[in-house]
Amino acid sequence: MSSLVIILLSLAAFFNFAGCVGMLRFPDIYNRLQASTKCATLGTILILTALIVHFGWNSISIKAIFCIVFVLLTSPAAAHAISRGSHRAGFPLWEGSIMDRYRDDFPQKPRE
Amino acid sequence: MEVFLILLLLCCFLCLYRVGAGPTPPDRTVAIDILGILMVGFCAILSLYTGKDLYMNVAISWALLSFIGTTALAKYLEGRTFDE
Repeated sequence: MSSLVIILLSLAAFFNFAGCVGMLRFPDIYNRLQASTKCATLGTILILTALIVHFGWNSISIKAIFCIVFVLLTSPAAAHAISRGSHRAGFPLWEGSIMDRYRDDFPQKPRE
Repeated sequence: MEVFLILLLLCCFLCLYRVGAGPTPPDRTVAIDILGILMVGFCAILSLYTGKDLYMNVAISWALLSFIGTTALAKYLEGRTFDE
């Protein structure tokens, strides 16, 4: 196992851990989405890149390329769906937030 | 090599804490989504460790099922029905 694989795996572990700590510590659903989705996606893609670097041209690395494309396509779509659904359902922002541009287009109905 | 598996398990336990103690339903949905993505990385590290082809099949199908489940939960949060 080369040192490049070790460096990629260490970066991936750091990003995964930072994302999970951010999801644990941030005060709001939207802040939690921002931290966790970006960091976990980058961590998973770095792990799969380490797989490609380690195995070369192999059946495992072809499946890793498929998996990278799939995660890059679907993870932002899922995060957008969650944030849009929770904003339209009326879950409030953190009280320290200073701006909500989405409310101008779609007024937030209060939760019953 | 086992260090990365242990770190990913620690991340999974942090996500499980957020699933259990999240004050609102979207928090739990985000935690379940991130748990699926962490499992994809876990299967990839297992495939790197053993050199077997099998775990990548598990990772691809897990990513697909996690995306479908998260989208269904988001539509449920918005208050719409599934055939809309």
